[in-house]
Amino acid sequence: MQQHARVDEPIRSDATKDFLRGASIIREIKACRIEFVISVPDITTSEGLLRPLARESAPRLIRVCKEDEGVGICAGLAYTGRRALLLIQQTGLLDSLNAVRGVAVEYALPICMMVGLLQKEPGVPPQKSKRYGVRIIEPILDAMGIVYHEIEDEADVSRIGPAIDHAYAQSHPVVLLIGRSPS
Amino acid sequence: MMKRDDCLKALARHVTDADIVLPVYATAFDWIAIRPHPLNYLSHGAMGLASSHALGLALGRPDKRLIVLDGDGSLLRNLGSLVTIAEVAPKNLFHFVCENGTYEANGGHPIPGRGHVDFAGFARSAGYRAVYEFADIKIFAQQIGDVLAQQGPIFADLKIVSSGPQERDYGRLHGPHVRQAFKEALAAS
Repeated sequence: MQQHARVDEPIRSDATKDFLRGASIIREIKACRIEFVISVPDITTSEGLLRPLARESAPRLIRVCKEDEGVGICAGLAYTGRRALLLIQQTGLLDSLNAVRGVAVEYALPICMMVGLLQKEPGVPPQKSKRYGVRIIEPILDAMGIVYHEIEDEADVSRIGPAIDHAYAQSHPVVLLIGRSPS
Repeated sequence: MMKRDDCLKALARHVTDADIVLPVYATAFDWIAIRPHPLNYLSHGAMGLASSHALGLALGRPDKRLIVLDGDGSLLRNLGSLVTIAEVAPKNLFHFVCENGTYEANGGHPIPGRGHVDFAGFARSAGYRAVYEFADIKIFAQQIGDVLAQQGPIFADLKIVSSGPQERDYGRLHGPHVRQAFKEALAAS
Protein backbone atom coordinates (compact mmCIF):
# COMPACT_ATOMS: atom_id res chain seq x y z
CA MET A 1 0.00 0.00 0.00
CA GLN A 2 1.34 3.40 -0.98
CA GLN A 3 1.92 5.37 2.18
CA HIS A 4 2.93 8.73 0.80
CA ALA A 5 1.77 10.96 -1.97
CA ARG A 6 5.01 12.25 -3.31
CA VAL A 7 6.56 8.98 -4.44
CA ASP A 8 5.81 9.83 -8.06
CA GLU A 9 6.40 13.56 -7.88
CA PRO A 10 4.98 15.27 -10.98
CA ILE A 11 7.10 17.56 -13.07
CA ARG A 12 6.51 21.08 -11.81
CA SER A 13 6.88 24.38 -13.50
CA ASP A 14 6.30 27.93 -12.34
CA ALA A 15 3.07 27.83 -14.30
CA THR A 16 1.58 25.24 -11.92
CA LYS A 17 3.19 26.18 -8.60
CA ASP A 18 1.83 28.21 -5.73
CA PHE A 19 -1.78 28.13 -6.73
CA LEU A 20 -4.69 25.75 -6.91
CA ARG A 21 -7.91 26.22 -8.87
CA GLY A 22 -11.25 24.96 -7.62
CA ALA A 23 -12.44 24.69 -11.23
CA SER A 24 -9.61 22.25 -11.98
CA ILE A 25 -10.51 20.09 -9.00
CA ILE A 26 -14.18 20.06 -9.98
CA ARG A 27 -13.27 19.11 -13.55
CA GLU A 28 -11.15 16.24 -12.22
CA ILE A 29 -13.91 15.08 -9.86
CA LYS A 30 -16.42 15.00 -12.70
CA ALA A 31 -14.00 13.25 -15.03
CA CYS A 32 -13.64 10.36 -12.61
CA ARG A 33 -17.42 9.85 -12.40
CA ILE A 34 -18.10 11.19 -8.92
CA GLU A 35 -21.90 11.48 -8.71
CA PHE A 36 -22.26 12.65 -5.11
CA VAL A 37 -20.27 15.03 -2.92
CA ILE A 38 -21.01 14.56 0.78
CA SER A 39 -19.85 17.46 2.89
CA VAL A 40 -19.52 19.26 6.17
CA PRO A 41 -18.08 22.69 5.27
CA ASP A 42 -14.32 23.10 5.47
CA ILE A 43 -12.83 26.58 5.60
CA THR A 44 -9.91 25.75 3.27
CA THR A 45 -12.19 24.61 0.44
CA SER A 46 -15.28 26.65 1.31
CA GLU A 47 -15.11 29.38 -1.32
CA GLY A 48 -13.05 27.81 -4.07
CA LEU A 49 -14.61 24.36 -4.09
CA LEU A 50 -17.72 23.81 -1.97
CA ARG A 51 -19.53 26.98 -3.02
CA PRO A 52 -19.13 26.38 -6.77
CA LEU A 53 -20.03 22.71 -6.29
CA ALA A 54 -23.22 23.81 -4.52
CA ARG A 55 -24.21 25.81 -7.62
CA GLU A 56 -23.94 22.78 -9.90
CA SER A 57 -26.56 20.10 -10.36
CA ALA A 58 -23.93 17.38 -10.73
CA PRO A 59 -22.30 15.98 -8.76
CA ARG A 60 -25.17 16.14 -6.30
CA LEU A 61 -24.21 17.82 -3.03
CA ILE A 62 -25.45 16.16 0.15
CA ARG A 63 -24.91 18.28 3.26
CA VAL A 64 -24.45 16.20 6.41
CA CYS A 65 -24.36 17.15 10.09
CA LYS A 66 -21.29 15.11 10.98
CA GLU A 67 -18.47 13.56 9.00
CA ASP A 68 -19.01 9.97 10.16
CA GLU A 69 -22.49 10.12 8.65
CA GLY A 70 -20.74 10.81 5.37
CA VAL A 71 -18.60 7.70 5.75
CA GLY A 72 -21.77 5.61 6.08
CA ILE A 73 -23.46 7.32 3.13
CA CYS A 74 -20.42 6.80 0.91
CA ALA A 75 -20.34 3.12 1.94
CA GLY A 76 -24.00 2.60 1.04
CA LEU A 77 -23.45 4.30 -2.30
CA ALA A 78 -20.36 2.18 -2.97
CA TYR A 79 -22.41 -1.00 -2.67
CA THR A 80 -24.75 0.34 -5.34
CA GLY A 81 -21.85 1.11 -7.69
CA ARG A 82 -22.27 4.89 -7.41
CA ARG A 83 -19.18 7.01 -6.75
CA ALA A 84 -19.01 9.61 -3.99
CA LEU A 85 -16.51 12.03 -2.50
CA LEU A 86 -16.53 13.07 1.16
CA LEU A 87 -15.42 16.73 1.35
CA ILE A 88 -14.46 17.66 4.90
CA GLN A 89 -11.90 19.39 7.12
CA GLN A 90 -9.16 17.52 8.94
CA THR A 91 -10.93 18.24 12.24
CA GLY A 92 -13.86 16.26 10.86
CA LEU A 93 -11.57 13.49 9.72
CA LEU A 94 -10.23 13.26 13.27
CA ASP A 95 -13.77 13.23 14.63
CA SER A 96 -14.80 10.36 12.36
CA LEU A 97 -11.75 8.11 12.75
CA ASN A 98 -13.71 5.23 14.24
CA ALA A 99 -16.07 5.19 11.27
CA VAL A 100 -13.10 5.40 8.91
CA ARG A 101 -11.45 2.57 10.82
CA GLY A 102 -14.49 0.29 10.81
CA VAL A 103 -16.18 1.08 7.52
CA ALA A 104 -13.38 2.19 5.22
CA VAL A 105 -10.33 0.27 6.44
CA GLU A 106 -11.62 -2.91 8.06
CA TYR A 107 -14.35 -3.44 5.45
CA ALA A 108 -11.97 -2.33 2.65
CA LEU A 109 -14.45 0.01 1.01
CA PRO A 110 -13.62 2.79 -1.48
CA ILE A 111 -14.34 5.74 0.80
CA CYS A 112 -12.76 8.73 -0.96
CA MET A 113 -12.10 11.71 1.28
CA MET A 114 -11.00 15.18 0.22
CA VAL A 115 -9.73 16.84 3.37
CA GLY A 116 -8.94 20.52 3.74
CA LEU A 117 -6.05 21.17 6.09
CA LEU A 118 -7.23 23.95 8.39
CA GLN A 119 -4.42 26.40 9.21
CA LYS A 120 -1.76 24.68 7.11
CA GLU A 121 0.76 27.14 5.80
CA PRO A 122 0.70 27.16 1.94
CA GLY A 123 3.86 25.62 0.49
CA VAL A 124 4.81 23.91 3.75
CA PRO A 125 4.53 20.08 3.82
CA PRO A 126 1.89 19.00 6.35
CA GLN A 127 4.39 17.21 8.57
CA LYS A 128 6.53 20.37 8.74
CA SER A 129 3.62 22.58 9.74
CA LYS A 130 3.84 24.60 12.93
CA ARG A 131 0.29 23.51 13.68
CA TYR A 132 -0.06 20.35 15.77
CA GLY A 133 -3.49 19.70 14.23
CA VAL A 134 -1.89 19.61 10.78
CA ARG A 135 1.34 17.75 11.64
CA ILE A 136 -0.43 14.73 13.09
CA ILE A 137 -2.65 13.95 10.11
CA GLU A 138 -0.23 12.06 7.86
CA PRO A 139 1.25 9.98 10.72
CA ILE A 140 -2.29 9.00 11.72
CA LEU A 141 -3.11 7.98 8.15
CA ASP A 142 0.16 6.04 8.00
CA ALA A 143 -0.74 4.23 11.23
CA MET A 144 -4.14 3.33 9.79
CA GLY A 145 -2.63 2.19 6.50
CA ILE A 146 -4.65 4.68 4.49
CA VAL A 147 -3.31 5.91 1.14
CA TYR A 148 -3.11 9.68 0.90
CA HIS A 149 -2.02 12.33 -1.58
CA GLU A 150 -1.04 15.93 -1.01
CA ILE A 151 -2.87 18.33 -3.31
CA GLU A 152 -1.02 21.59 -2.90
CA ASP A 153 -0.50 23.04 -6.36
CA GLU A 154 -2.23 22.93 -9.71
CA ALA A 155 0.14 20.18 -10.88
CA ASP A 156 -1.16 17.93 -8.11
CA VAL A 157 -4.74 18.05 -9.36
CA SER A 158 -4.03 15.38 -11.94
CA ARG A 159 -3.43 12.95 -9.06
CA ILE A 160 -7.07 13.12 -7.99
CA GLY A 161 -8.69 11.09 -10.74
CA PRO A 162 -6.19 8.21 -10.71
CA ALA A 163 -6.31 8.10 -6.89
CA ILE A 164 -10.10 7.79 -6.92
CA ASP A 165 -10.11 5.30 -9.79
CA HIS A 166 -7.56 3.18 -7.92
CA ALA A 167 -9.57 3.32 -4.70
CA TYR A 168 -12.66 2.00 -6.50
CA ALA A 169 -10.73 -0.55 -8.57
CA GLN A 170 -8.93 -1.98 -5.53
CA SER A 171 -11.67 -1.23 -2.98
CA HIS A 172 -9.73 0.78 -0.42
CA PRO A 173 -10.07 4.24 1.12
CA VAL A 174 -8.07 7.23 -0.06
CA VAL A 175 -7.48 10.67 1.39
CA LEU A 176 -6.70 13.75 -0.73
CA LEU A 177 -5.18 16.41 1.50
CA ILE A 178 -5.91 19.93 0.26
CA GLY A 179 -3.01 22.07 1.42
CA ARG A 180 -4.07 25.54 0.31
CA SER A 181 -7.33 27.32 -0.47
CA PRO A 182 -8.32 26.79 -4.10
CA SER A 183 -9.09 30.00 -5.99
CA MET B 1 -44.44 -2.72 25.40
CA MET B 2 -43.86 -5.25 22.64
CA LYS B 3 -41.52 -8.22 22.73
CA ARG B 4 -38.93 -7.43 20.09
CA ASP B 5 -39.13 -10.76 18.30
CA ASP B 6 -42.94 -10.56 18.12
CA CYS B 7 -42.59 -7.11 16.65
CA LEU B 8 -40.01 -8.22 14.09
CA LYS B 9 -42.13 -11.22 13.07
CA ALA B 10 -45.05 -8.89 12.40
CA LEU B 11 -42.78 -6.62 10.36
CA ALA B 12 -41.24 -9.53 8.45
CA ARG B 13 -44.64 -10.47 7.04
CA HIS B 14 -44.59 -7.21 5.07
CA VAL B 15 -40.96 -7.27 3.91
CA THR B 16 -40.48 -8.44 0.34
CA ASP B 17 -37.53 -10.16 -1.36
CA ALA B 18 -36.67 -6.84 -3.03
CA ASP B 19 -36.31 -4.90 0.23
CA ILE B 20 -33.01 -4.13 1.95
CA VAL B 21 -33.14 -4.38 5.75
CA LEU B 22 -30.48 -2.85 8.04
CA PRO B 23 -30.86 -4.20 11.59
CA VAL B 24 -28.37 -3.30 14.34
CA TYR B 25 -26.86 -5.19 17.29
CA ALA B 26 -29.36 -7.15 19.43
CA THR B 27 -32.12 -6.48 16.91
CA ALA B 28 -29.89 -7.85 14.15
CA PHE B 29 -29.48 -11.18 15.90
CA ASP B 30 -33.25 -11.51 16.33
CA TRP B 31 -33.85 -10.40 12.73
CA ILE B 32 -31.45 -12.82 11.05
CA ALA B 33 -33.04 -15.66 13.01
CA ILE B 34 -36.52 -14.58 11.92
CA ARG B 35 -35.70 -13.57 8.34
CA PRO B 36 -32.33 -14.66 7.00
CA HIS B 37 -31.87 -13.05 3.59
CA PRO B 38 -28.90 -11.95 1.47
CA LEU B 39 -30.33 -8.42 1.27
CA ASN B 40 -30.00 -8.00 5.02
CA TYR B 41 -27.29 -5.30 5.35
CA LEU B 42 -25.61 -6.21 8.61
CA SER B 43 -22.13 -4.64 8.55
CA HIS B 44 -22.26 -1.02 9.68
CA GLY B 45 -18.67 -0.71 10.91
CA ALA B 46 -19.37 1.73 13.74
CA MET B 47 -22.22 2.20 16.18
CA GLY B 48 -24.93 4.56 15.03
CA LEU B 49 -24.23 4.53 11.31
CA ALA B 50 -26.97 2.19 10.05
CA SER B 51 -29.28 5.03 9.01
CA SER B 52 -26.42 6.73 7.16
CA HIS B 53 -25.56 3.54 5.26
CA ALA B 54 -29.27 3.31 4.46
CA LEU B 55 -29.31 6.83 3.07
CA GLY B 56 -26.42 5.98 0.76
CA LEU B 57 -28.22 2.83 -0.40
CA ALA B 58 -31.46 4.77 -0.82
CA LEU B 59 -29.73 7.35 -3.02
CA GLY B 60 -27.96 4.71 -5.06
CA ARG B 61 -30.95 2.39 -5.47
CA PRO B 62 -34.13 4.47 -5.49
CA ASP B 63 -35.96 1.41 -6.84
CA LYS B 64 -35.50 -0.40 -3.53
CA ARG B 65 -37.16 0.00 -0.14
CA LEU B 66 -34.68 0.55 2.72
CA ILE B 67 -35.81 -0.53 6.18
CA VAL B 68 -33.54 0.50 9.06
CA LEU B 69 -34.02 -1.28 12.38
CA ASP B 70 -32.02 1.08 14.57
CA GLY B 71 -31.34 0.91 18.30
CA ASP B 72 -32.12 3.75 20.69
CA GLY B 73 -28.51 3.91 21.92
CA SER B 74 -27.31 3.75 18.33
CA LEU B 75 -29.60 6.55 17.20
CA LEU B 76 -28.43 8.74 20.08
CA ARG B 77 -24.93 8.47 18.60
CA ASN B 78 -26.08 9.76 15.22
CA LEU B 79 -29.00 12.11 15.84
CA GLY B 80 -27.78 14.36 13.05
CA SER B 81 -28.69 11.61 10.59
CA LEU B 82 -32.36 12.35 11.28
CA VAL B 83 -31.83 15.89 10.00
CA THR B 84 -29.78 14.77 7.01
CA ILE B 85 -32.32 12.12 6.01
CA ALA B 86 -35.22 14.55 6.35
CA GLU B 87 -33.33 17.10 4.22
CA VAL B 88 -32.56 14.58 1.46
CA ALA B 89 -36.07 13.12 1.84
CA PRO B 90 -35.62 9.72 0.19
CA LYS B 91 -39.04 8.30 -0.64
CA ASN B 92 -37.76 4.76 -0.13
CA LEU B 93 -36.36 5.00 3.41
CA PHE B 94 -38.18 3.65 6.47
CA HIS B 95 -36.46 4.23 9.80
CA PHE B 96 -37.54 2.21 12.83
CA VAL B 97 -35.95 2.56 16.25
CA CYS B 98 -36.28 -0.32 18.69
CA GLU B 99 -36.51 1.57 21.96
CA ASN B 100 -35.76 -0.53 25.02
CA GLY B 101 -33.92 2.13 27.00
CA THR B 102 -30.69 0.18 27.22
CA TYR B 103 -27.41 -0.51 25.50
CA GLU B 104 -28.51 -4.13 25.32
CA ALA B 105 -25.49 -5.44 23.42
CA ASN B 106 -23.06 -3.58 25.69
CA GLY B 107 -24.11 -4.88 29.08
CA GLY B 108 -27.67 -3.60 29.39
CA HIS B 109 -26.76 -0.22 30.85
CA PRO B 110 -29.45 2.46 30.59
CA ILE B 111 -29.30 5.02 27.82
CA PRO B 112 -29.14 8.68 28.87
CA GLY B 113 -32.64 10.06 29.11
CA ARG B 114 -34.21 6.62 29.38
CA GLY B 115 -37.98 6.79 29.55
CA HIS B 116 -38.34 10.47 28.77
CA VAL B 117 -36.32 11.06 25.61
CA ASP B 118 -38.82 11.55 22.78
CA PHE B 119 -37.43 9.79 19.70
CA ALA B 120 -40.59 10.41 17.69
CA GLY B 121 -40.30 14.07 18.63
CA PHE B 122 -36.72 14.15 17.32
CA ALA B 123 -37.83 12.69 14.00
CA ARG B 124 -40.86 14.96 13.76
CA SER B 125 -38.86 18.11 14.37
CA ALA B 126 -36.13 16.92 11.96
CA GLY B 127 -38.78 16.80 9.25
CA TYR B 128 -39.58 13.15 8.51
CA ARG B 129 -42.62 12.89 6.30
CA ALA B 130 -44.58 10.84 8.85
CA VAL B 131 -43.78 9.66 12.37
CA TYR B 132 -45.34 6.85 14.40
CA GLU B 133 -45.06 5.33 17.86
CA PHE B 134 -46.08 1.77 18.61
CA ALA B 135 -46.25 0.06 22.00
CA ASP B 136 -49.01 -2.51 21.37
CA ILE B 137 -48.24 -5.54 19.21
CA LYS B 138 -51.82 -5.92 17.97
CA ILE B 139 -51.98 -2.33 16.73
CA PHE B 140 -48.49 -2.60 15.23
CA ALA B 141 -49.38 -5.81 13.39
CA GLN B 142 -52.55 -4.17 12.05
CA GLN B 143 -50.90 -0.96 10.88
CA ILE B 144 -47.38 -1.85 9.75
CA GLY B 145 -48.47 -2.80 6.24
CA ASP B 146 -49.99 0.64 5.71
CA VAL B 147 -46.93 2.34 7.18
CA LEU B 148 -44.64 0.55 4.73
CA ALA B 149 -46.94 1.39 1.82
CA GLN B 150 -46.34 5.12 2.27
CA GLN B 151 -43.75 7.40 0.73
CA GLY B 152 -40.73 8.01 2.92
CA PRO B 153 -38.92 9.12 4.81
CA ILE B 154 -40.97 7.48 7.55
CA PHE B 155 -39.96 7.08 11.19
CA ALA B 156 -41.45 4.71 13.75
CA ASP B 157 -40.53 4.38 17.41
CA LEU B 158 -41.12 0.82 18.56
CA LYS B 159 -41.42 0.52 22.35
CA ILE B 160 -39.98 -2.91 22.95
CA VAL B 161 -38.51 -5.24 25.53
CA SER B 162 -35.79 -7.75 24.85
CA SER B 163 -36.67 -11.11 23.35
CA GLY B 164 -34.41 -12.82 25.90
CA PRO B 165 -30.87 -14.20 25.90
CA GLN B 166 -29.07 -14.32 22.56
CA GLU B 167 -26.01 -16.06 21.22
CA ARG B 168 -24.13 -13.17 19.64
CA ASP B 169 -21.67 -14.36 17.05
CA TYR B 170 -20.56 -11.04 15.57
CA GLY B 171 -18.94 -12.86 12.66
CA ARG B 172 -22.52 -13.30 11.40
CA LEU B 173 -22.83 -9.51 11.19
CA HIS B 174 -19.35 -8.32 10.25
CA GLY B 175 -17.68 -11.25 8.49
CA PRO B 176 -16.32 -10.60 4.98
CA HIS B 177 -18.57 -13.36 3.64
CA VAL B 178 -21.61 -11.42 4.87
CA ARG B 179 -20.61 -8.27 2.98
CA GLN B 180 -19.71 -10.23 -0.16
CA ALA B 181 -23.06 -12.04 -0.10
CA PHE B 182 -24.87 -8.71 0.22
CA LYS B 183 -22.87 -7.16 -2.60
CA GLU B 184 -23.63 -10.04 -4.94
CA ALA B 185 -27.31 -10.15 -3.98
CA LEU B 186 -27.70 -6.41 -4.54
CA ALA B 187 -25.98 -6.55 -7.91
CA ALA B 188 -28.31 -9.35 -8.97
CA SER B 189 -31.43 -7.70 -7.59
